[in-house]
Amino acid sequence: MNGNSMDDTNSDKPVGKAVKPGHEAFMVADNVNVWYGDNHAIQDVSIEIQKNQVLALIGPSGCGKSTFLRCLNRMNDSIEIAKVTGLITLDGQDINSRDLDPVALRARVGMVFQKANPFPKSIYDNVAYGPRIHGLAANRAELDEIVYTSLERAGLLQEVKDRLNNPGTGLSGGQQQRLCIARTIAVNPEVILMDEPCSALDPIATARVEDLIDELSENYAIVIVTHSMQQAARMSQRTAYFHMGKLIEIDDTDKVFTNPQHKLTEDYITGRFG
Amino acid sequence: MMNSNLGQTTRHRVEASLKRRYAKERRFKAAGIAATFTGLAFLAIFFVNLVSQGTSAFQQTMISLEINFDRTALAPDGDVDPNADYEAVVRDSLRSLFPDVTDRRERRQLSSLLSVSASYDVKDMLAADPTLLGSTQTVWLSASANVDMVIKGNINRDVPQDLRTVSDLQLLWIDELLAAGRLEKKFNTALFTNGDSREPELAGIRGALMGTFYMLLVTIALAFPLGVAAAIYLEEFAPRNRWSDLIEVNINNLAAVPSIVFGLLGLAVFINWMSLPRSAPLVGGLVLSLLTLPVIIIASRAAIQAVPPSIKEAAFGLGASRMQVVFHHVLPLAMPGMLTGAIIGMARSLGETAPLLMIGMVAFIVDVPGSVTDPATALPVQIYLWADSPERAFAERTSAAIIVLLAFLLLMNLAAVLMRKRFEKRW
Ligand SMILES: Nc1ncnc2c1ncn2[C@@H]1O[C@H](COP(=O)(O)OP(=O)(O)O)[C@@H](O)[C@H]1O
Ligand SMILES: [Mg+2]
Repeated sequence: MNGNSMDDTNSDKPVGKAVKPGHEAFMVADNVNVWYGDNHAIQDVSIEIQKNQVLALIGPSGCGKSTFLRCLNRMNDSIEIAKVTGLITLDGQDINSRDLDPVALRARVGMVFQKANPFPKSIYDNVAYGPRIHGLAANRAELDEIVYTSLERAGLLQEVKDRLNNPGTGLSGGQQQRLCIARTIAVNPEVILMDEPCSALDPIATARVEDLIDELSENYAIVIVTHSMQQAARMSQRTAYFHMGKLIEIDDTDKVFTNPQHKLTEDYITGRFG
Repeated sequence: MMNSNLGQTTRHRVEASLKRRYAKERRFKAAGIAATFTGLAFLAIFFVNLVSQGTSAFQQTMISLEINFDRTALAPDGDVDPNADYEAVVRDSLRSLFPDVTDRRERRQLSSLLSVSASYDVKDMLAADPTLLGSTQTVWLSASANVDMVIKGNINRDVPQDLRTVSDLQLLWIDELLAAGRLEKKFNTALFTNGDSREPELAGIRGALMGTFYMLLVTIALAFPLGVAAAIYLEEFAPRNRWSDLIEVNINNLAAVPSIVFGLLGLAVFINWMSLPRSAPLVGGLVLSLLTLPVIIIASRAAIQAVPPSIKEAAFGLGASRMQVVFHHVLPLAMPGMLTGAIIGMARSLGETAPLLMIGMVAFIVDVPGSVTDPATALPVQIYLWADSPERAFAERTSAAIIVLLAFLLLMNLAAVLMRKRFEKRW
């Protein structure tokens, strides 16, 4: 099936083109390694993340997708046994350098989690929390503006505008996840990381969130971890396939799904394992 | 054929074993019920005993007398004289009811029907309302503890005179007063307004209650913020290593140290070394906060651990600092659990006696304390002191004090339960 004889599973170099021409690399991970104690969870991964694009990370569970994602906004800092090496830059700036505070980094690289996790506060306060702690609004009117536009862009405003003071935890699962997305974009980040954002949602809610991600990709660089290959195929421009902590293949999504270069990738997307 | 046979035997066997299984279940249930009811029965015996002995202390026998607020005797210069002979006024009034009693010994016996507080009550009454001067008023005055005990049926009239604290003559007078409607049991306000006293009818729990109040005030003011701060540091900031393990083990150990050891520590450190006053609620509160601190730390850590990590991750992911995560999210969610722990710790302190004995809070103190440095006792110590007194009237007061203590304990535990209910509803 694949013309190239690149089915050498021991190859250390990932196959495929790392950069799509015409887009600038906005976030670059170079030779990233992660250890959890003795467990070498991410091995020599280099990936470029581009503006106005969706990059999908796929691979069997436990292959390190979440771990890699969490490197990009230093969420692994709080795990004591985790050790991260390698260079990750955001707009040319080393995110692990002393000059860049993780707090400042996370305002620029937002994250949406697998399980919707609204704060046990009102819908309004959920969305307003980020702008409040970063001092993004000078007064109440500005804050209102941020909250309304964020909810609007998350496609949630129509459903909740009459009950902004109700608890966010009272919404349905899909609404909660869109609330979490609204909360993330309220800080106006440059990159949004999403870790299986639809895995707990029903198909209709999933479709809504996918549409939303599609719209958001016009303004943000998005990295999404997903276990659904259809979802990756539908939404992303580029796809990276991980296997046992290694990046096996990264290329345009069409190419990865129609003409995978690596045997492991092919096995995975044709459903032979994973 | 074979199959249906097999089905038959299975059914029979299941049915046979079913009976055994249910019998076993019934036996187990019966044992459980028996255990529960044994426990409840002991509790019931305890309460019935306590209430039957203690409730009478909430009433006190009073004698009604016609008091003549005579101008020449009580206000010779026109103004009320605080040093006038009020005792004589009260005595004369009682004697006028029994004009036949002339013998000096008998007269003394007659006067002793009244509490020593009677003359003070009359004095206070006049001081509060000087317009009473020159009038004669019917006044209910406290009877002595012996009269009180006779009225409450706690003194056996059938034994010979010298085996009881009340003479035949006094019994006669009591019966006469009773027949004339001059003896009545009224609500015992003295129990709640007075400090301790050698005279049972004057002894109250006010001093002990205030002592306990000031002590718990010091305890909660110290132990709660310290305990919560320690819990937050240990859970959210401290690195996990050998040191934090050591601290953890020590805190759990501290919670199990017998309270008297804390009392000795308080004696050595606060009184001998820091020269803080003996018998003061301040020192009692300090000792009790040492005692409560591990309880609050353990409860607070559990409350913090119960905060879902996903909430913390969400806040971190938005760029909240560690401080902000703790104060905006962890603390509000853990607060009810922390308060529950604090109340349980307080309830434990409320009943502590042993460490207070060590720091001198077992002294006989008449004055009601007005601050944390005044000498005081605490409610459980007061119970201990009264239980040690030989007078029959103190026995009922001991039970009454226990009832008050249990009522406070019940209130505190109720508050803790209600708080936990609210806490559970959140998720
Ligand atoms: N907090 C952690 N502590 C220790 N090991 C972890 C932790 N998180 C993930 N791992 C390990 O790292 C590897 C990759 O996990 P993860 O990134 O969650 O995989 P994926 O998201 O692809 O399913 C797994 O072997 C997992 O056991
Ligand atoms: Mg994962």
